[in-house]
Amino acid sequence: MKRESRPTAEKEPLDGRRFGTLRRRRRWALWGSYAALAVFVFMFLIPPFYMLMTSLKTSAEISEQRTNPWLVYYPTVQNYWELIQDRNFQNFFVNSVKITICVVAVSMAISVLAAFSLARLRFWGSQVLATGVFLTYLIPDSLLFIPFFQILGKLSLINNTWGLLLIYPTLAVPFCSWIMIGYFASIPKELDEAALIDGAGWMQVLFKIFIPVALPGIIAATIFAFTVSWGQFIYPMAYLYRSDQMVLTVGIISDLIRADVFQWGKIMAGSLMAAAPPVIIYAFLMDYYIAGLTAGATKG
Amino acid sequence: MSWKVSSADNVHRGWDAAPPLPTRSDGRQDDEMANRSILATLPREEIARMQTGSIRRLTRRRSTIAFLMCLPLILLIFGLVLYPGLYAIFLSLLNKRMTQFVGLGNFTFLFQRSTFRLVVFQSCLFAITAVFAKAVIGFTLAHLMHNLPSKNQRVWRGLLLVPWVIPLAISTLGWWWLFDPSYSAFNWVLNGVGLPEVAWLGEANWARFCMILVNTWWGTPFFMIMYLAALKSVPEHLYESAAIDGANAWQKMRYITLPMLRNIISITVLFSLIVTFANFDIVRILTNGGPQDQTHIFATYAFQAGIQSGDIPLGAAVSLFMLPLLAVASFFILRGVTRRSKEAL
Repeated sequence: MKRESRPTAEKEPLDGRRFGTLRRRRRWALWGSYAALAVFVFMFLIPPFYMLMTSLKTSAEISEQRTNPWLVYYPTVQNYWELIQDRNFQNFFVNSVKITICVVAVSMAISVLAAFSLARLRFWGSQVLATGVFLTYLIPDSLLFIPFFQILGKLSLINNTWGLLLIYPTLAVPFCSWIMIGYFASIPKELDEAALIDGAGWMQVLFKIFIPVALPGIIAATIFAFTVSWGQFIYPMAYLYRSDQMVLTVGIISDLIRADVFQWGKIMAGSLMAAAPPVIIYAFLMDYYIAGLTAGATKG
Repeated sequence: MSWKVSSADNVHRGWDAAPPLPTRSDGRQDDEMANRSILATLPREEIARMQTGSIRRLTRRRSTIAFLMCLPLILLIFGLVLYPGLYAIFLSLLNKRMTQFVGLGNFTFLFQRSTFRLVVFQSCLFAITAVFAKAVIGFTLAHLMHNLPSKNQRVWRGLLLVPWVIPLAISTLGWWWLFDPSYSAFNWVLNGVGLPEVAWLGEANWARFCMILVNTWWGTPFFMIMYLAALKSVPEHLYESAAIDGANAWQKMRYITLPMLRNIISITVLFSLIVTFANFDIVRILTNGGPQDQTHIFATYAFQAGIQSGDIPLGAAVSLFMLPLLAVASFFILRGVTRRSKEAL
């Protein structure tokens, strides 16, 4: 890009021509940005689009290789319908839902209480603990799945969906606590001090002041906890082998692939149905979703 | 954050005639400011009297409550993160049947195997290339997005974030199908323009490329969002004064944007490095390490050795190899985050 204006040019009154070229250049930059973004959106949406197309095809149409694979010629919802009626698939869905709800509830309870305490009450070592929370957030699941396998084995919770309830909070709690600390710390102290002087207890301060005021943060944290436990893959992959205990992420693969038979239409239909809850939440609560995303590095 | 805190302090500053403290640009106040509040409105003697009796009792009670509220979190960190971490180290020192100590035997055994050396190489290649691609594309996207009028940004941001929203294990299934050896839709396109078909997942180098591609596709939106948020926090007047000084676009980028964003860039890159390095879903679903164990990364190799082959100690040893990188990256992330929150004050 060339220089937009020389220092001396700023002092001159802007004559129409100069102003015009600048504006034209800006407009070109704008259209260029739109075009480039459109290309990226196109590339980013290829896989979901193709999944959708495949899920609407019959097995016959998929295996017949003469037509354009990117389009569907005889759309049908048969794949979806069969899956909805499938006992196993219903099981996976129910398992995913119940484990996710429990994990979200447990994680949010733990992290809201802890964040309130760490942001406001302070006690000996609370600063260290806050740092520790952040560090545990950085420990990936693929480092801990082997010791957890042994631990769950000892508790005889292998092949049990409820075993995941023990482990999943480790995924959500550190991050949720971390962003809730940020949100709570930004609440002015006058609010809770006024309440305390009026005779409120700490629990009342938490429930009547902090939770309502920091609701956006709580929603963001809840969304995070939900997406993490809904999409978790390595733990159920390692600990669940019986199909009545499986959750969606592993159930789709193990149930719809029998030896060498890949029911691609159904796999894609199942995947899309499994992806639907997070996508729907995202569609409605995008701002909270993004707030939760960016909060990680900016602390609140 | 969407909600802001007004500077209510000025209203009842009382006897303490301190100059109004600066409010942070994002609307939050610093700690000192929050501390001088109600207590600051009382005369000194009164505070002194309160401190001897009720305050001390209050704080004692307060810290007990605080500790009790933190207890679940402390239990979780110690019981479900720290203990398993140490347990993993213990496990990695045992023999396959877990009957006796073999010291560092598992680690030396791993290093003698060429498969494992390939895993190390492959993990580093995967993480570094993918993170680099994500950072560059994400940065470009954030800049393009920053050009748009803010009312239009919402829609585009919404569309571009879709890869990040779909659970990775599920979208990877879609990619797997796109790379399918006999029905690959990419090959159909290649045939259409007269290029030879590609064995996407059947040939090691192509499989590596596919893994990196999927990871880049998935992670780029995250980078974009982080950079976009950071770009918005750079004050506009810096660019204006640079323009008056005759800076061109590249100079603005080099001397304003990059220095202002340096911290957030390093935090995002390091964070993504950890996540990418420890990735499991993509490799497990796309290739499961194949062809001939040439595309394993730490997590999938640990899974294969530990869970599938039943050699728990060996699997633990493999996954522990991630620890040094994690430690270094975490150290720098933590430093960056604390520096950033200090900067913001």
